[in-house]
Amino acid sequence: MKEPSIRKRIIADKSFKAIVILLSFVSILPMFFILFFIIRKGISVVDWSFLTHLPKPVGEIGGGISNAIIGTLMLIIISTTFSVPVGVFAGIFLCEYRKGKFASFVKLAIEILQGIPSIVIGIIAYVWVVLSMGFFSGLSGGVALGLMMLPVIITATEETLKLIPDSLREASLALGVSYPRTILKVVIPAGLSGILTGILLSIARVAGETAPLLFTAFGSPFMNFNILKPVNTLPLMIFNYATSPYPDWHTLAWGASFVLIIFVLGLNLFTKVVTRKWKVQF
Amino acid sequence: MIEKGTDHLSVGLPKHLGILMDPSMEDFLAKVHKKAIAGWKLGLSESFFRKILFVAGGFVLVILIAIFLSLVVASIPAIRHFGIGFLFGTTWDPVKGEFGAFPFVIGTLFVSLLALAISTLFSLPISIFLGEYFKGGAVSTFITSVIELLAGIPSVIYGFCGLFLLVPAVRALEIKLNVAPYGVGIFTSSLVLAVMIIPYSASIGREVISLVPSDLKEAAFSLGATRFEVIRKVILPYARSGIFAGILLSLGRALGETMAVTMVIGNSNFIPKGIFTPANTLASVIANEFTEATGRLYLSSLVELGLVLFMVTTLINILGKVIIRRMGREGK
Repeated sequence: MKEPSIRKRIIADKSFKAIVILLSFVSILPMFFILFFIIRKGISVVDWSFLTHLPKPVGEIGGGISNAIIGTLMLIIISTTFSVPVGVFAGIFLCEYRKGKFASFVKLAIEILQGIPSIVIGIIAYVWVVLSMGFFSGLSGGVALGLMMLPVIITATEETLKLIPDSLREASLALGVSYPRTILKVVIPAGLSGILTGILLSIARVAGETAPLLFTAFGSPFMNFNILKPVNTLPLMIFNYATSPYPDWHTLAWGASFVLIIFVLGLNLFTKVVTRKWKVQF
Repeated sequence: MIEKGTDHLSVGLPKHLGILMDPSMEDFLAKVHKKAIAGWKLGLSESFFRKILFVAGGFVLVILIAIFLSLVVASIPAIRHFGIGFLFGTTWDPVKGEFGAFPFVIGTLFVSLLALAISTLFSLPISIFLGEYFKGGAVSTFITSVIELLAGIPSVIYGFCGLFLLVPAVRALEIKLNVAPYGVGIFTSSLVLAVMIIPYSASIGREVISLVPSDLKEAAFSLGATRFEVIRKVILPYARSGIFAGILLSLGRALGETMAVTMVIGNSNFIPKGIFTPANTLASVIANEFTEATGRLYLSSLVELGLVLFMVTTLINILGKVIIRRMGREGK
């Protein structure tokens, strides 16, 4: 067999590296395209009245997204109330009993839960809440989003608590502090930053979700503070307006996208910075 | 180890300590002790606390089982009516009450596999870039952050941008290629989907590539291999199963992606004839028709599509995780 000359091998090496670098940079281009277009088309739409007014019917100029902003915040509050207590305690459970067989089942369940497509979560919330209550509601949307937040919060809690050294808890137990107090007053506060990061990330994950809300929160053109009525959210509004045939509504959708992307990416960035600062260190 | 269930403070202060201390100090300690016990008694007992933990953990398990059972129960009318033929029925006609999932199964496979092929073309270079060429430093941090942000963009925004930026471009391409210029369709959705799943396969690929033991690489370098040869003959073969798992996990994500696909796929309920024709995926047909589903059979057929989606993605996810875990153990 003839070996390729050293020259050819070096050329192959160099060109491979060039291709890798080129393709890597090409694949982050879409990010800049998306940001560029959302900002260019959205920023001219967004002003104070856009944020504080209700959407108007087709044909009328102006209109805003105040109900969608309120709705998004409402759903986030509902879903957080559901998922944080369960999630944090389940995370503590996984950390405390990590060697048990039961815990390994729970862990598998969390992995499966995390992989369930969001549209299927929507079906579930529809079957559980909407069918049994008989109407679309913000509550059902909150349940759907809560289900999606759960695995993120549990995993974050477990991973954080695992990092807390045993010596801390042993010191507390040795002082005669009871086991529940040790967990709630020593271990959890030590890992609080990690748990909060997990909660923020899970909020960032669900704030942009549309699919589970299509047939739960449903969307509405009115301002609504009642969780038992249909609620509009930013992603739902973007979907409905973007797929409508009216250019006015497309403009509104660009504005709503701008607000949503600022919120989601801002939350992601904030979490990242905060994590770096608060990182659990021992 | 401290014994389970005992209240450690109620054991009391050791009596002999009193001999060594002056009486006032002893009084003080006794007071503190009493207060402390009152405090602990108000708190949770240990066994109750442990029960709460178990309930929280079990709750997750119950939720998962309940999800599965609800899907099965809600799709029983369709399962009864169509049997296994549901998956192979080629007509989806709500007016006639005929529901076959085959067009959507084909559509889902088409879109996801095409998206996977396109995204692998880019995610593999990124994995090599971040896992081998630029392991640390400003460039690496920059690319990693951008990719993380890419993963954070809501899918409805991908769909929106796809609809208004990509669809006209694809339409122009279709006119040039002399095919029917729909703009929307399988090709467009795959492109959008490919961009969306790059972050997932790239992050796993990067991890497994950096797991390759450096003594293997160094051995190859010391024999005079170039970097390219090391990557091709040492790193990629070693990381093969992990990279495969990463692709598998992003397939799981691609199959279930709803909004972006729904907005650019064109929503046609027929078996797609080519990559430029409109189609529907399992997820997109649920998103489109669920709210207007009238009648028990229609609704339960849609739920059964969800059940199929749930089972397929779950299987793929478990398989991917198992492969990665095995690889992680070998690497140690």
